[in-house]
Amino acid sequence: MTRGAAAAGAIVCLAVAVGLHVSQDWWPAPQIDDPGLLYVRSPAVATRAVLSYDAIAADTYWIRALQHFGSERLAPPEHVRNYSLLYPLLDLATTLDPYFSIAYRFGAIYLGEPYPGGPGRADLAIQLLKKGIAAQPDKWQYLQDLGFVYYWHLRDYKSAAASFQRASELPGAPTWLQPLAAVTLAEGGHRDASRTLWMQIAKSEEPWLRDAATLRLTQLDAMDIMDAWKQAKDQGYNPPIPNDPSGTPFVPDPATGGITVSPASKIYPLPGQMQPPS
Amino acid sequence: MKAVRAVAAAVFLESVRDRVFYNLVLFAVLLIGASILIGQLTAGQDVKIIKDLGLAATSLFGLFIAIFVGINLVSKEVDRRSVYPLFAKPITRAQFILGKYAGLLLTLLANVVVMSVALYTVLFFLARGVPEGVQKAWDAPAMDPGLLVAIGMIYLELAVVTAVALFFSTYSSPMLSAVFTLGIYLVGQFNSDLKHFDTIVDSAPAIAIAKASYYLLPDFSRFDIKLQAVHGIHVSAGFIATTVGYAVAYIAALLFGAMVIFSRRDFK
Repeated sequence: MTRGAAAAGAIVCLAVAVGLHVSQDWWPAPQIDDPGLLYVRSPAVATRAVLSYDAIAADTYWIRALQHFGSERLAPPEHVRNYSLLYPLLDLATTLDPYFSIAYRFGAIYLGEPYPGGPGRADLAIQLLKKGIAAQPDKWQYLQDLGFVYYWHLRDYKSAAASFQRASELPGAPTWLQPLAAVTLAEGGHRDASRTLWMQIAKSEEPWLRDAATLRLTQLDAMDIMDAWKQAKDQGYNPPIPNDPSGTPFVPDPATGGITVSPASKIYPLPGQMQPPS
Repeated sequence: MKAVRAVAAAVFLESVRDRVFYNLVLFAVLLIGASILIGQLTAGQDVKIIKDLGLAATSLFGLFIAIFVGINLVSKEVDRRSVYPLFAKPITRAQFILGKYAGLLLTLLANVVVMSVALYTVLFFLARGVPEGVQKAWDAPAMDPGLLVAIGMIYLELAVVTAVALFFSTYSSPMLSAVFTLGIYLVGQFNSDLKHFDTIVDSAPAIAIAKASYYLLPDFSRFDIKLQAVHGIHVSAGFIATTVGYAVAYIAALLFGAMVIFSRRDFK
């Protein structure tokens, strides 16, 4: 066989292989709702297995955590959302790099997000933040986030105020943390305190956090409208069903006799409006 | 000294001829490609991840060069029989070993310097488009000179690995030298575990062996301050000075050992 014939053969075979690969678009393999796998779950094993490359391994686990959270959150509605790998991935990332601030802070936000936007695991968010506080006791941001999780997800205003107070006592903490601790203790459960918290988060440099804060502030506005409507109804008026702040009409809520956000709304679900499958 | 310099220059030129520096192109492509992609994949952690990636790649590429070039340094000369005419010239075996070692250190230095320049260049361009407010929230600035300390430690670690590879290369085949050097490197990563062996084992002789191994084998985990550099955590001058001293002493011990073994080899 001549060299020219061999080269032509190689090109033809490669073209056939590429053509067959392209044909997968027309005859795709059946889709399987794969739950995802995490081969190494033990942080102790991972620390040893990566030798001295712990920082880059932590980055890899962090990127995997982001992808896992994003792919579950943005999955089609028929997919049963399961964030089961989120905490193990964050635990691995923060064990490999104990100073990985963003993994603690964003990780706690993701873990605490109510279902279906997140796993709704405030307990794990607290566990992760406490791990961060143990690694960097002077980092006031972790205590601020811890207070936020107590406040927003667990409605434990006493613990939230204690966390804000501890954060305010650390060097470099912003001046607004101490008044926030006082407001939280005095007005625990009031929407004004919630608004104060979310408005602080809305100032974040991270677009994802700003978007989340904007959504929460809109939801708080919707809750105000819902309360006002219920109050008017209880007083004997017959008010028309209004639109929520995103422009979608509210729907009657038989459980409370009031109104609630429609599943068609951009701000659905409100906190606690939807529960993860057991 | 002249003889050592001549051997070192020959090793350096040979590594150029062997296309060892092709890895620099791969490194540059990896860093630039990663800097473009990582911004899309992570939540505002591009600079940290580029630093991690740059330091890890510098260490890993250097490690491959140190081991796979190091194990051939002496054995190749013996196999090719080019060592015979060499020793007919006014050069001692000790000078030959020192020259070989210095040549590979020079190759590694060129690698590390070019990789560091590439890393700082990527970091400079990455930080340029980031608002000052965001930069203030970073643990350490993008162009942090502290990274150079971590890079220096990586170079020291590679110098020790090279000395280990050269030591084995004086009496063993390249294949076995590679296995031994990799073995020593792996054990050296877990060295600190040997110190606490008594917490899991009751046997007194086993504990004594583990303790002896802890002190005798090279402790490579000592050279790893990549995490501290990336997060801007201060590393004391005392730690750096003792680590440099430790590396120099360990390298000297290995080179003396290599000289002794090589001087006893019969090339007649």
